[in-house]
Amino acid sequence: MPSAFKHTLFIVAPLLAVFAVLPGVYENHLLLFNFVIFLILAQGVNIIYGFTGYLPFGYVGFFGAGAYGFAILVMHYQAPAVIAVLAAGLVGVALGLLLTPLLRLSGAYFAIANLAASLAVLHFVANPALENITRGPYGVSLTGTFNPTLAYSAALAVLALTLGAVVFLKNSGFGLALQAVREDAVSASMAGVNVVRMRVIAWLASALVAGLAGGVYAWYVSVFYPDNVFSGDFSIFAIVFALFGGVATISGPIVGVIILYGIYNLIGFTTPQYFQLIYGLLIMGLVLFLPAGLVSLATRRGWHVP
Amino acid sequence: MSPESAPILNVSNVVKRFGGFHALDGLSFHCAPGEILGLVGPNGSGKTTAINVISGLYAPDGGEVTFDGASLGGVASHRLVHRGINRTFQIPKPFLSLTVRQNIAVALAYGRAAVAPPEMAALLDEYRLADVADRPAADLNNAQQKMLDLVRALATRPRLLLLDELAAGLNPAELDWIAERIKALAQGGMAIIVVEHLMGFIEHITDRVIVMNAGKEIFEGKLAVAVQVPQVIEVFLGGEHAA
Ligand SMILES: Nc1ncnc2c1ncn2[C@@H]1O[C@H](COP(=O)(O)OP(=O)(O)OP(=O)(O)O)[C@@H](O)[C@H]1O
Ligand SMILES: [Mg+2]
Repeated sequence: MPSAFKHTLFIVAPLLAVFAVLPGVYENHLLLFNFVIFLILAQGVNIIYGFTGYLPFGYVGFFGAGAYGFAILVMHYQAPAVIAVLAAGLVGVALGLLLTPLLRLSGAYFAIANLAASLAVLHFVANPALENITRGPYGVSLTGTFNPTLAYSAALAVLALTLGAVVFLKNSGFGLALQAVREDAVSASMAGVNVVRMRVIAWLASALVAGLAGGVYAWYVSVFYPDNVFSGDFSIFAIVFALFGGVATISGPIVGVIILYGIYNLIGFTTPQYFQLIYGLLIMGLVLFLPAGLVSLATRRGWHVP
Repeated sequence: MSPESAPILNVSNVVKRFGGFHALDGLSFHCAPGEILGLVGPNGSGKTTAINVISGLYAPDGGEVTFDGASLGGVASHRLVHRGINRTFQIPKPFLSLTVRQNIAVALAYGRAAVAPPEMAALLDEYRLADVADRPAADLNNAQQKMLDLVRALATRPRLLLLDELAAGLNPAELDWIAERIKALAQGGMAIIVVEHLMGFIEHITDRVIVMNAGKEIFEGKLAVAVQVPQVIEVFLGGEHAA
């Protein structure tokens, strides 16, 4: 598969290398970590939205569930952090399985139901009655596993896995069949594609990615409240970044995160009054002029964008 | 054609309701390998609905469809494709943002053709899509989209092929050309059901026709005979009584 190799060599490897080296030369490690988290989440949105067309407004549900999966394993079972991260991924998948009936809905109905589901998980976790298990609304504090350097490396590993999955989708017959399902499910079934199974696989893959991201996030920050890890900002940012760059590509969500999250951090904190304006204009401009994302500037010229 | 051979498709007494409306109201017919069967009738008589039931998109509310001796009840449509049934759409629905080649590749990879699947290059050539092979399907004109839809179906090597108004919108030269292609497919043993409003085209390629009205068969036999049956004439021409 030569093009998969090219994509790995020229996109995935350099990106990972840059983020592996940056902590040595740039002191704001939390910012770098957040970039990695958003790269993962934007690609997770890419998997489910870009390749199947389901817009996951409640994507943060998997992330928060993963964070709490990590916390519970560490608090109650004294699990090593790496095991707890893997468990976080499984918690994401389990929640994804529970929510597979949502895939019967389409368009806005799916988006809203997914949002509602993520709020339900938030309120479940934050329920004071579950204080013994989740610490309810009082938040968790995981001192035993605190190790930002290792957690950052784990985040890079999750990013590598996620990018690997997207490279696979972009270069395989499986990914092509998923896109066929997105374009027209009836025609896809008449090409012999098992539409339901394809959708479920993509859905669970994107749930796994967000669950793992939630796990490494919990590891990195160690202290958090339900509202932090279930914040709707995670869903909205991941979706906006992915759409801004252009979904169903490997590079689009990466470009989207670098530019938009970059701008957010450059001007968002120093001059918040301009930030809202610039951000709003950028997103409106995108929707009006480049609905297929920044990468469509190139695809419109007939260039192939990986 | 071998009219003696046993039918591969049996539709018996099929009913399909939408709300209280009977789109199919006890439809029965059969089709044999190598046969080209015409399915004709006025607008709304249930032709597309029949194809949707046979290809598994709609579950019938009554009656039974058997293919190759086995009932199709409750079988998902992608499995029917694997068993050897395929169809085209009255309004073709290709995967618009994928290239023509990618459109076909999906069907080649997932069709699970019983015999070796056809070659991509041969399909592109035979159905005049080679020049646009690397363009997105959205760039194709209507006739090309219809050919792509047909190729998507053929890539799965169907033994029963259902064509829903494939010829509508083709020019006379294209009509002659596609007629020959359809006949060649039937000669290879494929059972083919052709839904069409163009009577000349139907006359030219079919062995036998079923005339439908209001979800029922009202005539079965040669088209040349059908056009002399008063009930058929009334359905096609007599405004008031037509469905
Ligand atoms: N999904 C549906 N829901 C409700 N009614 C439907 C549906 N599909 C078809 N019908 C109705 O069933 C009847 C038969 O429709 P069908 O499409 O099978 O006709 P047709 O013979 O293919 O007509 P045409 O020649 O115009 O294509 C029509 O009255 C149509 O309105
Ligand atoms: Mg029709």
